[in-house]
Amino acid sequence: MIDLEVPKKLQPLLAQARGMAEEVFRPISRKYDRAEHSYPIELDLVSAVIDGLSESGTGQGAGARTGTKVEGEVAAVGSGRSAKDKAGKAGDAKATRNGTNLASVLSILETSRGDVGLTLSIPRQGLGNAAIAAVATEEQKARYGNRWAAMAITEPEVGSDSGAIRTTAVKDGDEYVLNGEKIFVTAGERAELVVVWATLDRSLGKQAIKSFVVERSNPGLKLVRLEHKLGIRASDTAAFVLDNCRVPAEDLLGDPEIRTSAGFGGAMQTFDNTRPLVAAMALGLTRACLDTTRELLAAEGVEIDWDAPAHTQPYAAARLIAMEAEYEAAYLLTLRAAWMADNGQPNSMQASMAKAKAGRTCVNVALECVELCGATGYGESELLEKWARDSKILDIFEGTQQIQLLVVARRLLGLSSRELR
Amino acid sequence: MASPSLLDRGQRAGLRLITKAGALPFLQNEDVRRRVEWLLQRGAASGFKAQAAAGRAFAKRPGGGAPARTAPRPARRLFDLTPTEDQAMLQAAARELADEVIRPAGKQADSERSVPVEVRAAAIEMGLGLIGVPAELDGIAEEHPAVATCLVLEELARGDLSVAVALMASGSVATALARYGMADQQATYLPHLTSSEPMDAALAVQEPQPLFDPYALHTVAERRNGELVVTGVKSLVPGAFSAALFVIGAMVDDEPRLLIVPASTPGITIEDDPAMGLRAARTGRMVLAEVRVPDDQLLGDTDDYRDVVRRARLAWAACAVGAGQAVLDQVIPYVKERHAFGEPIGHRQAVAFTVADIAIELDALRLTVWKAAARLDSGQDASQVIAEARRLTATHGAKIGSDGVQLLGGHGFVKEWDNERWFRDLRAAGVLEGALIV
Repeated sequence: MIDLEVPKKLQPLLAQARGMAEEVFRPISRKYDRAEHSYPIELDLVSAVIDGLSESGTGQGAGARTGTKVEGEVAAVGSGRSAKDKAGKAGDAKATRNGTNLASVLSILETSRGDVGLTLSIPRQGLGNAAIAAVATEEQKARYGNRWAAMAITEPEVGSDSGAIRTTAVKDGDEYVLNGEKIFVTAGERAELVVVWATLDRSLGKQAIKSFVVERSNPGLKLVRLEHKLGIRASDTAAFVLDNCRVPAEDLLGDPEIRTSAGFGGAMQTFDNTRPLVAAMALGLTRACLDTTRELLAAEGVEIDWDAPAHTQPYAAARLIAMEAEYEAAYLLTLRAAWMADNGQPNSMQASMAKAKAGRTCVNVALECVELCGATGYGESELLEKWARDSKILDIFEGTQQIQLLVVARRLLGLSSRELR
Repeated sequence: MASPSLLDRGQRAGLRLITKAGALPFLQNEDVRRRVEWLLQRGAASGFKAQAAAGRAFAKRPGGGAPARTAPRPARRLFDLTPTEDQAMLQAAARELADEVIRPAGKQADSERSVPVEVRAAAIEMGLGLIGVPAELDGIAEEHPAVATCLVLEELARGDLSVAVALMASGSVATALARYGMADQQATYLPHLTSSEPMDAALAVQEPQPLFDPYALHTVAERRNGELVVTGVKSLVPGAFSAALFVIGAMVDDEPRLLIVPASTPGITIEDDPAMGLRAARTGRMVLAEVRVPDDQLLGDTDDYRDVVRRARLAWAACAVGAGQAVLDQVIPYVKERHAFGEPIGHRQAVAFTVADIAIELDALRLTVWKAAARLDSGQDASQVIAEARRLTATHGAKIGSDGVQLLGGHGFVKEWDNERWFRDLRAAGVLEGALIV
């Protein structure tokens, strides 16, 4: 039965996440925007709350995390595993499932309404955990279970074209030796593990790319610097050099064989899971902008009338209606992508649609809210200017706007990456 | 029968559709099959005899007691994008009608400003116009019909938006009578719409003035000696010339209300009011000069008027989803076949990204429409989501129409292709008020 409301059973969880956003994240948001690179100690407290939620089995993804007791598998920012085995056959209404993916998307939306940078800094909720959830074997999942994992894909010369990475992995006995350079590693300094993408054989292209779990304490993994950024300053962004970094062979995630027929599969599947989550971050930020702007404008006597035609309302009210509409569009695309994953439906295109729409919407809305609020929007007394700075990354990481459109267009048109470049 | 050949053609079209639909898996379900068969029988039963449109008289009939209404659908509170079996059945029937009958008729219907008789007959045969009328009033609805109507409008408009408007305009009046009518009003007017040879009817809210506000109508009904005396102008009324009954919006005691006005009432003149699109619906202008109607012809209250305006905006948004889908379905193969600079134009990002954006905005609009419709059916407040759907329709619906022409370049601009018609029709969807409701 068609219904696009937030499921009732998730309400308690979301109320918790909202509480965290309002009581913890929002009050310290500006503090860690200014104190870039200092660790938000308040988050240790928060992660205890999240862990507690998971243990109690009530949560399906507080802040982002899925209760391991409930699903029996690790699930963090990228908790989304397709639930083919759990859901019934597609189209069977009775089997419709609202699971981990939907819970994660909605709870990340709430925490990101508090602060995106802090959401990215919640211990043990890293994007690396998403990679582990997506491609690790059961044994590996159990082994890395409760540890915080960052994700290292990008290199100085390789951004969106992640099939062209240059970091190499060479088998040496029962170890792999990794060499290369990784940048833009979110939570790279703070995490306990770093999931590193490296190629077993550059001549074999994408199929030879594997992900390796590297202990942060590994002496071959050297932190070079932390970036100074436009926004999300509460989140550390690290650069590493891998210098003859030796990793036990069992820390190669998933299948160690190079399967030329299997496509980019493994590693890239991570994105089907993480893109809706980044879209959810963008939604949370957009929501924050709209809520604050509507409050500020209401004090000036401008409020939305949902029934009156927009052209009979003040310009600012008409703009708010338009922005709320774009938010709704992005929100529903994101929920759809998560719902499909929960119900075992392939969602690669829909995940990219969500990310594309949410990414551009959050930037457009954040910038326009600054415009509508004028000096109050642009100044530091409110958080609108910060959100505008934060927003830009959400249309970039986990695949830029343009990469999402490529994914969508290739799927729609049935074109290969060689045909549509 | 007055014109057997004509009706035969209609029945054949309807039977063909049902036969096709019969092979669909969900029709294996006993309940659904029984309802489809019942629908078929309805058409075959010798029903109420129709009169000529303009001269149709409405003998007052007592309804006896409480009016019949559709029932709200209890919310299950589970996020779900799967239609119920009943909804899927209606959707599939509408899709067949669109593919087999409406789409092929679109171009001619546009140029001749009329819906071919066999197309109309097929739609009547299937009972799609009765989607908002409860079974006890001889309709086909068991529960609130907003989701089902949106799904049907989407499919019909995928065939052709302006034909969809023409076919569903009368049904919208039926839905309004079912939703807001008193028992006497239902008994008096609904049989004319539920019969096997139904009359045409139209819901006239829109007025010609720029910056039109449906809550500040220029059409005014003054109370005089127990009568309402109506003066005003309604524009772009679908099927205005053939409608035997109008439901119009007018200010009564300074509040916007709905008023039932038979076409034969003295003081009404219909003028031609052609527009950029919606040609198949042969839009007309309804001029009311001191038109007198008894005050028991008021339909519902001011809240009901508000409900109609909302439901109309949602209906138009659903139409935009359908026409937008038609655009997408067509440009996907086109950009892969059309070559420029030695390769398909779809291999270029500027082209491919335009197609991707059409798909993204279209899917988002569809989901927003569904969310609003589901809220209506479960009795929740849908005002915000409907306003959002309307905004998205006005912005992205028109953009999809424009991009659909742009992607074909000069070919999109000439009438050899459908794109220029979609461009014209899609502009209507986020602009017009009334006419259709869900």
